Amino acid sequence: MKDIVKILQQNARISNAALGEMLGISAEAAAAEIEKLEKSGVIKGYSVIVDDDLYDKSTVYATIELKVTPQRDCGFDDIAKTIMMYDEVESVSLMSSGAYDLAVEVKGNDLKDVAFFVSERLATIDGILSTSTHFILKKYKEKGIFIDGEEPDERGLG
Amino acid sequence: MIDYDKVLSNKIKDIKPSGIRKFFDIAGTMDDVISLGVGEPDFNTPWAIRKAAIQVLERKHIIYGPNKGLASLRNTISAHIEKKHGVKYDPDKEVIVTVGGSEAIDLAIRGLLDPGDEVLVVEPCFVCYAPLVELAGGVPVSVPTRIENNFKLTLDDFKDKVTDRTKLLILPFPNNPTGAVMTKEDLEPIADFLRDTNIMVLSDEIYSELTYGRKHFSIIELEGMRERTIYVNGFSKAYAMTGWRLGYVTAPEPIISQISKIHQYGIMCSPFISQNAAVEALTACDKEVEKMVEEYNIRRRYLVGEFNRLGLTCFNPEGAFYVFPCIKSTGMTSEEFCERLLFEDRVAAVPGSAFGESGEGYMRISYAYSLKHLMEAIRRIEKFLKKLEAEKK
Repeated sequence: MKDIVKILQQNARISNAALGEMLGISAEAAAAEIEKLEKSGVIKGYSVIVDDDLYDKSTVYATIELKVTPQRDCGFDDIAKTIMMYDEVESVSLMSSGAYDLAVEVKGNDLKDVAFFVSERLATIDGILSTSTHFILKKYKEKGIFIDGEEPDERGLG
Repeated sequence: MIDYDKVLSNKIKDIKPSGIRKFFDIAGTMDDVISLGVGEPDFNTPWAIRKAAIQVLERKHIIYGPNKGLASLRNTISAHIEKKHGVKYDPDKEVIVTVGGSEAIDLAIRGLLDPGDEVLVVEPCFVCYAPLVELAGGVPVSVPTRIENNFKLTLDDFKDKVTDRTKLLILPFPNNPTGAVMTKEDLEPIADFLRDTNIMVLSDEIYSELTYGRKHFSIIELEGMRERTIYVNGFSKAYAMTGWRLGYVTAPEPIISQISKIHQYGIMCSPFISQNAAVEALTACDKEVEKMVEEYNIRRRYLVGEFNRLGLTCFNPEGAFYVFPCIKSTGMTSEEFCERLLFEDRVAAVPGSAFGESGEGYMRISYAYSLKHLMEAIRRIEKFLKKLEAEKK
């Protein structure tokens, strides 16, 4: 099961036949394993990693650090769930740093878009004490993939 | 004008250049080539090892060190072999740390041969053995292994080639280029035969950590074989440390004490930084090796499956990081096949014939590449084979 996930993380579009070969099982068995992983919730979905410089240059990403007052009975969960409902939000994580509590990744069409979202939508949620916005200038690697392409192979022939 | 032809020794002029090199010099000049040619890991050296090297640079005086290698490393090597094979080598008298496994092979061959001595070279094999034997004044005697035996060595393969000049049998398993391995049962009849002779074994076990489905067995574990074996291993393949240039040779004391003179005068000592880092490799990197082996295994199963699907029959190799599909069904020689594959569909693989005549009809495919890279290669090979099929009609 670990091997399947490892292979799919490198290439989720691989055929069942090739996946089966890699695991030493049949294509049908590989398909069944994937279905099992999907049903049990281990696999949540499949996404695509895009080089935004090539696809849509104007897209902006930012990481926003949020200080939050935990709520009675539900801690940080309630606020996190409120935040994640926005389409602009790519990810929400609870952090252990002490300097801030939630890290939120936001995607917008331009700087203004993101700035507006933070000031009008996030900062106004009850329980949020402060926000600190960091715009991402360049992504070098995402989900294990080098955005600018792989390094040249300089190996000899030993 | 100086006549270099007269300056150079006849011996060196007679040595043929490596068949791998020739082919890849061409590939190197072409664009968009997918290579399946390299014989070194695509993984980076595990971080613990690199960190150990950085600490040496920061904190130590970078010196020559003892001829035979740092005592700490020789102790670790000795303990490592004992743990793996239950065979003990005295770290002070029976171990030399060398510049890669290649130097270890050279030491063994030069240390044993007098002019005219014969060496049984089990083929297909890595390209260095026969030239090194010739440089040492010896005569390489080719011992082909066969696909019917999954390229394992059998006693029948070499029994009749033994003469009173036979000094050495080179045993390169797990094998480059075939990926074949030798089990205890495979080695026993060979050991039985050798016990009554004065023939030494040079067991090149550089791929011993890279086996799939079974643990590597060494001939030194068999009764009476430690005393007639020169054991060679290194860090390049298992720990992804090719550029660190570090290997080792272990053998009975009378042999090590003599061949260490070649190392002492020709090399002096192995790289100090690498040696310090290698202690870390042997003591703290089992998990990293295991992870690499798991990844290699996924690629291995994929390639064996794909080549068989494409009609290039491929036996199941249990070691190293190569598969060795048969291309005889295309009616071409391996050199023709690999050349056309390179020029027409931009995939570089090494013709089996580069590893000895018995490699003819096969090609060596390395899977020291990412799955993505291998899948693209297979796509191109499939396209190439379809074209060949169409030509036939």
